[in-house]
Amino acid sequence: MISGGFYTLFYKELLRFTKVGWQTLAAPIVTALLYLLVFAHVFEGRLQVFEGVSYTAFLVPGLMMMSIIQNAFANSSSSLIQSKVTGNIVFVLLAPLSSFEFFFAFVLAAVVRGMAVGAGVYFAVILFVSLPTHNPLFVVTFAMFGSAVLGALGLIAGVWADKFDHLGAFQNFVIVPLSFLSGVFYSIHSLPTFWQQLSRFNPFFYMIDGFRYGFFGASDASPMTSLAIVILFFLTLSGLSLLMLKRGYKLRN
Amino acid sequence: MSAAVTIADVHKRFPGVHALKGISFAIQRGEFFGLLGPNGAGKSTLINIIAGLTRCDSGRVSVLTHDVVQDYRQARRCLGVVPQELVFDPFFTVHEVLRIQSGYFGLRRENASWIKELMDNLDLSDKANTNMRALSGGMKRRVLIAQALAHKPEVVVLDEPTAGVDVALRKSLWAFIRRLHEEGHTIVLTTHYLEEAELLCDRIAILNHGNVVALDTKQALLQRGIGKTVNVWITADEPVPALSAELQAVLRAQDGTRLEFRLDNKLNSIGDLLEGLRTAGLVITDLHTEEPDLEDVFLDLTRGREE
Repeated sequence: MISGGFYTLFYKELLRFTKVGWQTLAAPIVTALLYLLVFAHVFEGRLQVFEGVSYTAFLVPGLMMMSIIQNAFANSSSSLIQSKVTGNIVFVLLAPLSSFEFFFAFVLAAVVRGMAVGAGVYFAVILFVSLPTHNPLFVVTFAMFGSAVLGALGLIAGVWADKFDHLGAFQNFVIVPLSFLSGVFYSIHSLPTFWQQLSRFNPFFYMIDGFRYGFFGASDASPMTSLAIVILFFLTLSGLSLLMLKRGYKLRN
Repeated sequence: MSAAVTIADVHKRFPGVHALKGISFAIQRGEFFGLLGPNGAGKSTLINIIAGLTRCDSGRVSVLTHDVVQDYRQARRCLGVVPQELVFDPFFTVHEVLRIQSGYFGLRRENASWIKELMDNLDLSDKANTNMRALSGGMKRRVLIAQALAHKPEVVVLDEPTAGVDVALRKSLWAFIRRLHEEGHTIVLTTHYLEEAELLCDRIAILNHGNVVALDTKQALLQRGIGKTVNVWITADEPVPALSAELQAVLRAQDGTRLEFRLDNKLNSIGDLLEGLRTAGLVITDLHTEEPDLEDVFLDLTRGREE
């Protein structure tokens, strides 16, 4: 059952990141555009990953998805760690909210921020790059599940972390490497066999590959397999998040 | 009539500490209840368990018959908690904070007039659109109280609400808390200021090392056998002679010509004391008596159990 308190928590999480929109929305869009500018300048005309697709066009969905997942993670994780460190998490914990409502509000706000950043990158880029859309449903579905997965992972990291340093370590040693090594800048088919096989254990690879399929109709893995893996990953992290919240892990003790 | 808060055999252990050792008592509806104890006695742990912020290892706590774990939604709706720490959300203004807090309890526009009333009563109206970061400590404390009351809870728990607050604000907070009590709220107050508890509370529990060492009305606690303090001034012409064993037992301090005695209600009277001093050959030049206060009771109950 969803209570009225859920909508307020969701609204508060949206209000929180929109109040610092330059940092939470504008900055990641500019960062993605800078990546695009540099990589496109260096590799355009020298690399072709999918037939008939320029390297710059190939790069755009990867950068979009990377921005989506990094910002979805940042939203739930930073909100939680700030609330924990400053102590104002107590106001949410005193409210009659269920574990599911707590989880859902944080993840949904992370999805909204991730999708907003992704849309921002898209609309900024299509002014300069010709980008086809093979299947918009795949684009939206992978963007939604990708941000939901990272929203849930951000919640887990935010609950687990005791200080900003812990969260920084999680972000720099888990999120950033997994997103950079997931095929944002290349197709895994261009990698040696060992690294190709290793990439298939990276769940971020399936998010980016399936998302890219939505634009080009071509991908390294089967899009349905990617979707199944992403959904499974989401369900696993959701289960873990809910278990932590239900037990009050690091929150109610 | 059901109790406002029922605490039944609550145990809580932290690594190396048995913080609560089977606490049981009930706070009646409409009471102004004081929860006292030295640092580390277990007061905040107990408050956190009532509020659902900490889970007890065993035992049961309910607020207006609603179990704080099984029926947490109803229990939390009945309860408002003013936390001890001066915590705030730096992203929002005073009005936003109160609107959000009210919304957590499913209350929206229909609660707008109550939020306005709260801000008026706590002198926050001028700061409604001020960011929380820009408020003084006293103002932040008022916002914490307003947040606890945003959903009109029947039971209000104030965890050291006047800690670090100046005298003027403390008095205005006392007046506001008294008004809440008169309006029918059950108030649970923890404080380090014993005069505050003596002034406000009807009934008091004293915790020490995770146990309830006293639970009674304020009047009963004050009459627990701790007698008057008697200060006697004697002539300085001659050295103080040896006192009898009975007088030595109640002598608390000796400072020049002043002798301080703490009488035991059941065993001593002022008459006995004066007679004993005369027998010892002392000439009394002045005498002053003080009734015991809550601080004397508190120290008496907690001092002997430090080990």
